[in-house]
Amino acid sequence: MIKFMLMVNRQGQTRLSRYYTPVELSRRAVLEADVVRCCLTRKKDQCSFVEYKDFKLIYRQYAALYIVVGVTDSENELSVYELVHNFVEVLDKYFSRVVSLDIMFNLDRVHIILDEMIQNGHIVETNKSRVLAPLTALDKMADS
Amino acid sequence: MALKIVKGSIDRMFDKNLQDLVRGIRNHKEDEAKYISTCIDEIKQELKQDNIAVKANAVCKLTYLQMLGYDVSWAAFNIVEVMSSSKFTYKRIGYLAASQCFHESTDVIMLTTNQIRKDLSSPNQYDTGVALTGLSCFVTPDLARDLANDIMTLMSHTKPYIRKKAVLIMYKVFLKYPESLRPAFPRLKEKLEDPDPGVQSAAVNVICELARRNPKNYLSLAPLFFKLMTSSTNNWVLIKIIKLFGALTPLEPRLGKKLIEPLTNLIHSTSAMSLLYECVNTVYIDVNTPPLPSLSLSLCLYLSLPPQLCVQKLRILIEDSDQNLKYLGLLAMSKILKTHPKSVQSHKDLILQCLDDKDESIRLRALDLLYGMVSKKNLMEIVKKLMLHVDKAEGTTYRDELLTKIIDICSQSNYQYITNFEWYISILVELTRLEGTRHGHLIASQMLDVAIRVKAIRGFAVAQMATLLDNAHLLTGNMQRMGICEVLYAAAWICGEFSEHLENPMQTLEAMLRPKVATLPGHIQAVYVQNAAKLFATVLKSQEGNTDSTAAQETSQLMIDRLPLFVQSANLEVQERASCILQLVKYIQKLQQKDVEVAEEVSALFAGELNPVAPKAQKKVPVPEGLDLDSWINEPPSESESEDEQPKAIFAKEEPKHSRPRREEVDEKELAKRREARKQEQANNPFYIKASPSSQKVYQEAPGVEHIPVVQIDLSVPLKVPGLPMSDQYVKLEEERRQKERAEKKKKEKKKRKEKRSGRGKKHDSGPESEEDITPAHQVDIVTEEMPENALPSDDDDKDPNDPHKILILHIVKTFVYDIQGNLQDGSQVVVSVIFENKCDSFLKSMEFNVLDSLNSKLQRPEGSGPHDGLTVPFQLPPGVSNEARFVFTVQSIIMPQKLKGTLTFIVKDSSTHEKLDFKLHFTCTSYLITTPCYSDAFAKLLESGDLKCSSVRLEGVNMPFHHLLARICFHHHFSVVERIDSCASMYSRSIQGHHVCLLVKTVSIDAKCDEPTLLGNVLDEIKQTFSQC
Repeated sequence: MIKFMLMVNRQGQTRLSRYYTPVELSRRAVLEADVVRCCLTRKKDQCSFVEYKDFKLIYRQYAALYIVVGVTDSENELSVYELVHNFVEVLDKYFSRVVSLDIMFNLDRVHIILDEMIQNGHIVETNKSRVLAPLTALDKMADS
Repeated sequence: MALKIVKGSIDRMFDKNLQDLVRGIRNHKEDEAKYISTCIDEIKQELKQDNIAVKANAVCKLTYLQMLGYDVSWAAFNIVEVMSSSKFTYKRIGYLAASQCFHESTDVIMLTTNQIRKDLSSPNQYDTGVALTGLSCFVTPDLARDLANDIMTLMSHTKPYIRKKAVLIMYKVFLKYPESLRPAFPRLKEKLEDPDPGVQSAAVNVICELARRNPKNYLSLAPLFFKLMTSSTNNWVLIKIIKLFGALTPLEPRLGKKLIEPLTNLIHSTSAMSLLYECVNTVYIDVNTPPLPSLSLSLCLYLSLPPQLCVQKLRILIEDSDQNLKYLGLLAMSKILKTHPKSVQSHKDLILQCLDDKDESIRLRALDLLYGMVSKKNLMEIVKKLMLHVDKAEGTTYRDELLTKIIDICSQSNYQYITNFEWYISILVELTRLEGTRHGHLIASQMLDVAIRVKAIRGFAVAQMATLLDNAHLLTGNMQRMGICEVLYAAAWICGEFSEHLENPMQTLEAMLRPKVATLPGHIQAVYVQNAAKLFATVLKSQEGNTDSTAAQETSQLMIDRLPLFVQSANLEVQERASCILQLVKYIQKLQQKDVEVAEEVSALFAGELNPVAPKAQKKVPVPEGLDLDSWINEPPSESESEDEQPKAIFAKEEPKHSRPRREEVDEKELAKRREARKQEQANNPFYIKASPSSQKVYQEAPGVEHIPVVQIDLSVPLKVPGLPMSDQYVKLEEERRQKERAEKKKKEKKKRKEKRSGRGKKHDSGPESEEDITPAHQVDIVTEEMPENALPSDDDDKDPNDPHKILILHIVKTFVYDIQGNLQDGSQVVVSVIFENKCDSFLKSMEFNVLDSLNSKLQRPEGSGPHDGLTVPFQLPPGVSNEARFVFTVQSIIMPQKLKGTLTFIVKDSSTHEKLDFKLHFTCTSYLITTPCYSDAFAKLLESGDLKCSSVRLEGVNMPFHHLLARICFHHHFSVVERIDSCASMYSRSIQGHHVCLLVKTVSIDAKCDEPTLLGNVLDEIKQTFSQC
């Protein structure tokens, strides 16, 4: 199962974090810094999977933004790797060409998207239009 | 009123929203902390207002700050307020904040129960959805208990959007409130067939997670999953289903057969690499290393699905240009290597290629694989390649990893693959030239190990070490290389201990006494000083032999000149040794001046050869005669005085060898009672070290240390290679040697073939050189030592070094203790006492003991539990503590010995992971015998009755005093002596089912009678076994 999902920029600043197993606030900062260091130091020609303590990290880089997912040992690395891309595609569709500022300024919306896709650390929905359905409904509500 | 609302919305226009906050933080890069603290103050003001819109905005900003690492728990109540807003736009902000900030110990959570219940039953599906999502993050046991019913109802909601969320959150509810699982399960099962694929997928996810914890409860769902697997097209779902089958197959062999076809289809047809990876990974790895010891079951699957298929598929992954696939391919390959080494070995070329990969993680994976791929044939070649990499590697971490891997690969399974130890020593010497490695200690221990254990190599090793000592300045030259100076420790010791092999001991002695040595770490200096003394002895011996007294005196003078440097050392050990040796040498010098020959006496100081000792050799030391480890040194105080006196008086009159049987005759019942009481006391005392009969057995049977076999070595390569050798030379030499051997072999084969042709004309395989063809140039003194008969395979030193649970060694000593009273009433019960000892550093809990029942023997389980349920061990184990648990077995027939397989599962508290340990219980026929006293007249009647069948066994090669022999039979096989006349004795025992077993023991043979010939045969076999082990 998925333990957490992080979006960080090249400077290691957190842009989004979501934990599916409780981690104390004080330990989050240390964990995030450590995880980010692990992934940022890797070169482009290195593989996207890192063994970190008792779990695995799977990361993907999109321009200046890194998406890092921590999963338990039993999770299939490739499927999570695909999920990350799926998530980015959904963001791309919603924001039409997503940039990292979109994510910063619309944190709550990104969270809604993420919650539609992953719940409890499990993949719930991967269909783009179904993922976006609640958010579009919400936007209509706000417009009216 | 209207004015107030207008005023409120005007105020709001000046409030910061989330975007403003983010922008603000970006604009205040210099004083971010200060800016944020003013923002937090503003937020606190906003939260005090009545306007819910303002509050929601404030909470939204807090969520962002929380992500940046600021503590916002003080706003928990405001978050609850926003959650309970009737407007969805605000409500979701509240839930989002709650899901990010709340955790189990947030106290306001209990206020939310009713609000959440209201939201769950809201007509708006998004209200319900947001509540479910939020709940999945902060559900507590209380919330789970109170809301379980509401969520369960939602599982049958009309909207699939709600259903799938409800199904998923049920998993969290089960975890927090396990009682909910039973009532919810039927509905969960229904959801597997839900018309909506999203709901199906959610249900698969939940059941997959549940089944991983306890697979056997979900076996009944296998047909359903099978249907899903063949119908679903969602790869994410398929992956989960395959994972689930990976957990189920070991429990149900037929499932494996059924799966072969769809799995093979998937492997061949799928274009999704993730799915392919899962098929290969789960099927071959999880199934072949099942959680239960049901190897035979998984074999079905293995036999019909050749591992080559998946290894070939993995090869495709590894050959792919995508680094991710390469990495995963290697990862899966290393798992298959454990079960099917042969099929992986054929891809050696590919793995070696990966060593050149630019990605370090891929190189490390490839290194892992190499460990399992070496053979006698390719070891030199592989290590040569690795040595090239060592030279090329730029990062020290990777280079150190290479170094340890080289040593691991070479030393694995007792140097099994090394055919030429000279080559290995030169590899080690070459490794010492690495700059800045941390593993000097590792290299040193290898040098010591090889030099001690491989006798034939000592001469060569000593020459190499002498060169190392001579060039010590190269190793200690700069401070960065300090790690490597550890090898000097080994070098000095080897040169000293085996100094008779030195060509020029004087030169080495001088090298060891150089002033520069004083810059080495203390523990190395100490070894230098001590071994300088050994060398001194050798030098004296050779010089006195030459009748050159001046040279000998010069040597003493050298020692006297150089040693004071060490006497001044700050290290106590060095100081003490140096001053001791200095005084000794001064005394020797005095004697030398009087023309006394001293060499003999000086070398006597270091006489005696050092032999390798197995880690378990202590067990082979016999217990001294007359020492009864079972008897009390002081009787326990709780016993009454008068009772103690009785056996003591008999003790004094009788020979000690009679003590055991006589004691039992004296007052069997009383003793049994006392023993019971004592056991009780011991069981309650976790610090009591139980005396287990099994370990004593080993003490008595084993011969002395001198019986540890030392393999003699046959040399077939020249020993001398001048100068510092290059390991490559050995590769060449080895090839030549092998070629020669092969040629000889071929000659022989030809001969054979001729013979055969003339005989049967059968084809003879003369294919490529096979593994067995390579004869080692040297052999290791493999210190073989038998395992104690009752020791379990889980003994710590038998663990695979790659075992992930290495730190977690659970040492179980098994003893059979029979409840005598129970046995007399019920002849089919056997009590097994198991001592659990926690040898790791973590707290172990929730231990479950389970045994795979056989038709004949069954573990007694409490009423109402199934035939495969495990028994909970009624205690937890803090680190280092041992405790005893008893398990009752029902046995039908006792005439044959048998073995039961079992597992112990437990949770390690720190990591809270489930671990398991496999073991075997060996029920010997002896363990069904109970020591029963018998009087000689009753014994005679029994023999006369004619009901007993006769059998006999010869004890060959047993030369021990007769009373030892008797004591051993009494002790190990539960007999009692009826009568003894000189070197002939009659003995008696009874089985739990009332079979009489009578023995007539003479020094060389045992004649036996019993009313059950099979039982007798087995008991005699076991007795014979006991004596054959000595």
